[in-house]
Amino acid sequence: MIEKNNSSGFIEVEHTADRAIKVWSDRLDGLFSQAAAGMYALMDIEVGADPRTSLQIRITGFDSETFLVGFLSELLYLLEKERKAFDKLELRFNNNILEANLEGTAVISQKKEVKAVTFHNLKIRQINGNYETTIVFDV
Amino acid sequence: MIALHAFRKISDYEWEIPASLRKSMLASVRVFATRKLLESSLDDLSLEQAINAAALPGLAGPVIIMPDMHQGYGFPIGGVAATRLPDGVISPGAIGYDINCGVRLLASAISFDEAEPFLDDLITALDQNCPSGVGKKGEWNLSGDELDQVCRQGARWALKKGMASEEDLRRSEEEGCMEGADPARVSGRAKERGRSQLGTLGAGNHFLEIDVIEQVFDRTAAQAMGLVEGNLALQIHCGSRGFGHQICTDYVQDFQSVVRRFGINIPDRELVCAPVNSSEGEAYLGAMRAAANYAFANRQILAHQARKAFETVLAGKVRNAFLHQVYDVVHNMAKFETHSINGEQVKVCVHRKGATRAFGPGTPGLPEEYRMIGQPVLVPGSMGTSSWVLLGTQESMEKSYGSTCHGAGRVMSRSRAKKEVNGEKLLERLESQGIHVRAGSLPGLAEEAPEAYKDVDQVVETVCGAGIGRKAAMLRPVAVIKG
Repeated sequence: MIEKNNSSGFIEVEHTADRAIKVWSDRLDGLFSQAAAGMYALMDIEVGADPRTSLQIRITGFDSETFLVGFLSELLYLLEKERKAFDKLELRFNNNILEANLEGTAVISQKKEVKAVTFHNLKIRQINGNYETTIVFDV
Repeated sequence: MIALHAFRKISDYEWEIPASLRKSMLASVRVFATRKLLESSLDDLSLEQAINAAALPGLAGPVIIMPDMHQGYGFPIGGVAATRLPDGVISPGAIGYDINCGVRLLASAISFDEAEPFLDDLITALDQNCPSGVGKKGEWNLSGDELDQVCRQGARWALKKGMASEEDLRRSEEEGCMEGADPARVSGRAKERGRSQLGTLGAGNHFLEIDVIEQVFDRTAAQAMGLVEGNLALQIHCGSRGFGHQICTDYVQDFQSVVRRFGINIPDRELVCAPVNSSEGEAYLGAMRAAANYAFANRQILAHQARKAFETVLAGKVRNAFLHQVYDVVHNMAKFETHSINGEQVKVCVHRKGATRAFGPGTPGLPEEYRMIGQPVLVPGSMGTSSWVLLGTQESMEKSYGSTCHGAGRVMSRSRAKKEVNGEKLLERLESQGIHVRAGSLPGLAEEAPEAYKDVDQVVETVCGAGIGRKAAMLRPVAVIKG
């Protein structure tokens, strides 16, 4: 399960028309996991307990930001098409490829829609060894 | 954040941020706002985003900002930018994810007085006929070939299926079909999402609203549009659904490397772009037009479904339950147009994001019946407040690339609206005003509360004061479905 503690987490921040989350973690893969959890939280989804399913995905990119938007966009697509959400994520960055093993369950309900993940002012920063960023979603 | 002293006042309704303000700016920013509206917009990133948009290569003139501006992502909502053809850029983020999100207005000969006892039945029937809300699918499950036809034909596809009339098409921007759509430039993933969502409203700020035509300001224009005081009208606000969202997502991601290849520097990665005449720019244009046509077909199908709801509920109760098309306008799109810029006729790619085309009288592209009055512009208010029918003017052609405002414009975040507005009390308040409401959820309703938006009347006064629109009629809501 994606844990939220002092060293990693997410919080919604104000945006006039769309939605945004600030995300932080002491690891880059942790930042991606928190971003996924934050995005699911914005959509107010409820998942079933079983059965758990797993899936492998590959995202191409050339920096952390393109990987992050590509990864979250893939999760959005899987939510819409497969009605699945993932809470156990293993990520491996390898040059221009991000490989991820996803484990999760079926979505029972979803109250809010996220149309897209944006690059607006997106910058993954490393501050005192911790990663943090703010992601704006079109809703 | 930009401060008020950075603006040069041109008139009570026009302000300018000179191109000299930032090194990145390649053009000035022209803002249509009263001082009050301008000051209220300094609290968020709208104008910073406008300054960033002024860095798009190939701008032919100022970036225009409408009084309903608010912070978006990359490009502000309420923004218009014209890039010179053929080598200026096209930016998917400056159009938005909901490609051809727009509004259609249908009007009727049904008086409010005779329909009033049946309003609740009407809104229930509309709710049943027009699927809305998160993840809702339509009754169409298109084959690959059918989806390609929708992409190429737009609302004309609906005409062939018996869900439209020639008048519906004639009274739509681009006659409901953008030329040059290329479904081959659309990803398989976008097509997968598009197959099942045609004929659906969606969620968020999308809505169906029954209005009463409260006041007519221009009798000649109202007559041309068939707007009669005291009669019912219907607004449909929606776009290209997951199909358009996926197309924009795909191209914004692709263009991240395209800008590097072309050596384009932009202040915000959401503004990534490509020269219009590059293979990448042409690919996006073909895909964007496919999404635009999907949205035209979508609003046409919803209009057809709405007509069926009106017929079902009002048959035998009113003399004529038909809803005729007034016009269908686009809010998020890039189009090739010719405008007079510094006394020169210039062919440009006009990006409108949260802004409406507002062609003045005599402009080619308007249907015969509207050629003398100018293009109808539909400006929905926030839930529970007035909406407006405006007309394009000669000044909108001269000052704003034939564009004007698109709505009220948000001032409050969704999370704050949910904290400050109780959905249940809002529902009671709207019902006490005689407005019948159907909403996906009460928190969702609270997010769209009138207090989360600017006063649409002030927005309209501003564009009319600036001359980039003129009043034709005002509508009052009596029933609403929120997605």
